[in-house]
Amino acid sequence: MTLDMVPQNVTARVASVAATDAHSLRLMEMGMIPGAPVRVVKAAPLGDPIHVCVRNYHLALRRAEAKSITVTLGPAGDLK
Amino acid sequence: MSAIPQSPCHCTSESIALDFHGSLTIALAGNPNAGKTSLFNSLTGLRQKVANYPGVTVESKSGLWPLPHQLPPARLIDLPGLYSLDATSLDEEIARDILLGRAKEIVSPDVIVVAVDATNLVRNLYLATQLIDTGQRVVIAMTMFDRAERSQLKINTEKLSDALGVPVVPVVAKRRRGLAELSDAVVRSVKERAENLPVRRQVALVNADQREFDSAQRHSALIKRYAFIERIVSEAVDTHDDGRPSLSERIDRVVTHKLFGPLILLLVMLLVFQAIFSWANVPMNLIDQVFGALADVARNHLPAGILTDLITDGIIAGVGGVVAFLPQILMLFFFISLLEDSGYMARAAFLTDRLMRAVGLHGKAFVPLLSSFACAVPGIMATRTIENPKDRIATIMIAPFMSCSARLPVYTLMIAAFFSGQKVLGVISVGALIILGMYVLGIAVAVVVASIMKRTILKAPAPPFVMELPPYRLPNPGNVAHALLTRSTVFLKRAGTVILAISIILWALVAFPRAGSSPSGPEADKTAQVQNSFAGRAGRLIEPAIRPLGFDWKIGIGLISSFAARETIISTLSIVYNVGDNSDDKSSLVGALQNAKRADGSKVWTPLTGLSLMIFFLLACQCMSTVAIVRRETNSWRWPLFMVGYMLVLAYVASFVTYQGGHLLGFQ
Repeated sequence: MTLDMVPQNVTARVASVAATDAHSLRLMEMGMIPGAPVRVVKAAPLGDPIHVCVRNYHLALRRAEAKSITVTLGPAGDLK
Repeated sequence: MSAIPQSPCHCTSESIALDFHGSLTIALAGNPNAGKTSLFNSLTGLRQKVANYPGVTVESKSGLWPLPHQLPPARLIDLPGLYSLDATSLDEEIARDILLGRAKEIVSPDVIVVAVDATNLVRNLYLATQLIDTGQRVVIAMTMFDRAERSQLKINTEKLSDALGVPVVPVVAKRRRGLAELSDAVVRSVKERAENLPVRRQVALVNADQREFDSAQRHSALIKRYAFIERIVSEAVDTHDDGRPSLSERIDRVVTHKLFGPLILLLVMLLVFQAIFSWANVPMNLIDQVFGALADVARNHLPAGILTDLITDGIIAGVGGVVAFLPQILMLFFFISLLEDSGYMARAAFLTDRLMRAVGLHGKAFVPLLSSFACAVPGIMATRTIENPKDRIATIMIAPFMSCSARLPVYTLMIAAFFSGQKVLGVISVGALIILGMYVLGIAVAVVVASIMKRTILKAPAPPFVMELPPYRLPNPGNVAHALLTRSTVFLKRAGTVILAISIILWALVAFPRAGSSPSGPEADKTAQVQNSFAGRAGRLIEPAIRPLGFDWKIGIGLISSFAARETIISTLSIVYNVGDNSDDKSSLVGALQNAKRADGSKVWTPLTGLSLMIFFLLACQCMSTVAIVRRETNSWRWPLFMVGYMLVLAYVASFVTYQGGHLLGFQ
């Protein structure tokens, strides 16, 4: 599953970031490290970009970027 | 990939001692939104200087930071915000080069102060640890410490300082808390390092410059660095998370709500628009009157002659024209700095990104473009929030198509002369429809031009759209005041001088060669002067070229003189048609336009001519102030000249099609 498919207000865990070089590096520098919990807060009124919460701060990224982030949905108790 | 990473700076103690007797150069680095600007303003006060980095559009800010112990004040360089030393934008590259001492024209800093947001420690420490790894002297200024305290974040700065091997000083820039401790820490770090080199490096994780690594190595280095940071942060920080969504998130529920979000944005933009479109008019008219009165005084007290004309019509009018922009610039930047400081600007970009992406632009282009409907000059200045240089240039290039307030007098004159009282379907006035059409046409042309440019000359791989949505904050009045001061001095110094120079040249084109006085009176003299001046001759010269657009040489003079500012065409036409140059009194000019005849008895002006002229004024870059501000914002003459050129071609073609096409369809 990729981050763009995660429903609103669900927390997932980053599994891997597979984008082109510069993109993946930037996403990871911004805290999208494998294992990090990331919550989809909402989508913009026109559906794109999406607003996510990672490491307690907030990011907007386009669905195209979110597609390059593979995530796993753990059991609810595992994640805040 | 080609550059070889430099070894960390191993300065000798002599050079330190030398530096220390002179003044220190200190770089202020940090993530965007880490509170760097507030810190910079608090440390330097009004002792600031804004310039451009050589050859690029990025602005450099530096200031004087008074140091204790009778030391000379340090030069503090405020670097563009950056997330890491692996730069992805021009801003970041410049910051990195200065930090690593690679910038040719800037001394490598003696100390780096990194602003680290206490409420977002892990990500902010990413850059900080990279900088520590370069082996330079680093002092961490932990900003927003009051916010961290309020959100029950207990940060043990001593522990953090031990783990990182550099001083960590908590600061609250707005309340000037911790500033003295920060300068002490900076001075101490210089002294200590001078005595005891090489320094023990406690965080030697990876080389700061990872460009020689392949992406797998980079990724693993990155993961290692994050793991290290998380470990030290978990040891030094006691978080208390009650699991409730933050205040910012609760505000966002309304502000970026599917329905309320766009509505609030509309209201905010309406307010901004109202301010620059209408409120700014009051001081602008006042400035106009003051400079008009000044010119009158000069005219009455100086002997009549060419020098007096130069002073009154050239210099005083030119300076007045420059100063008249200030109210709009101040209004727009007042709102922009409020929006930026409060965190709303990122939300506006979030809401409009999908819309702007349709034309290949970034959500951050929305506010500058909308502001350009009032005036392109502050609108273009506002594009500096767009980090990607190509997106920024594309936005600048299309901003003048937004139908600004200076075009309105031209539109209303044409409508009063040729379309007044006409109605469609009995109720809708033709004039209103035409004005609406001008706005729509401008936007449509901008959309087409932007998408063509983004596919050709400004083609670039789309940078990742990863934009931080910073927590909402109460705007810092000091930051707002600083932004206003900086913007207005930059405008007056850089653009103002160019505008003044061009207005004097344009004055000379109308004032020379001198025609003698005649018995028919001063008004007729004025008309004869303009008609025989260089501008008048140029009007005749370009007549064959503009005839297909429906324009004669008199309109040609208007086109030339209105390069000063679009509305100038009205006063020029008034003089050319000898109806007195009081531009408030439009009715006599309207009559003159309606009755003007060619040599063969046919009318010069028809509704089609009026429409053609309006379209020309919509699309041509008839505004030297725009040219001057583009020159200043892109730091070269290439872009402004290109803009004038391509807009002129577009305007010509569109007017040609309107006039000739209209004729073919049987319109007059």
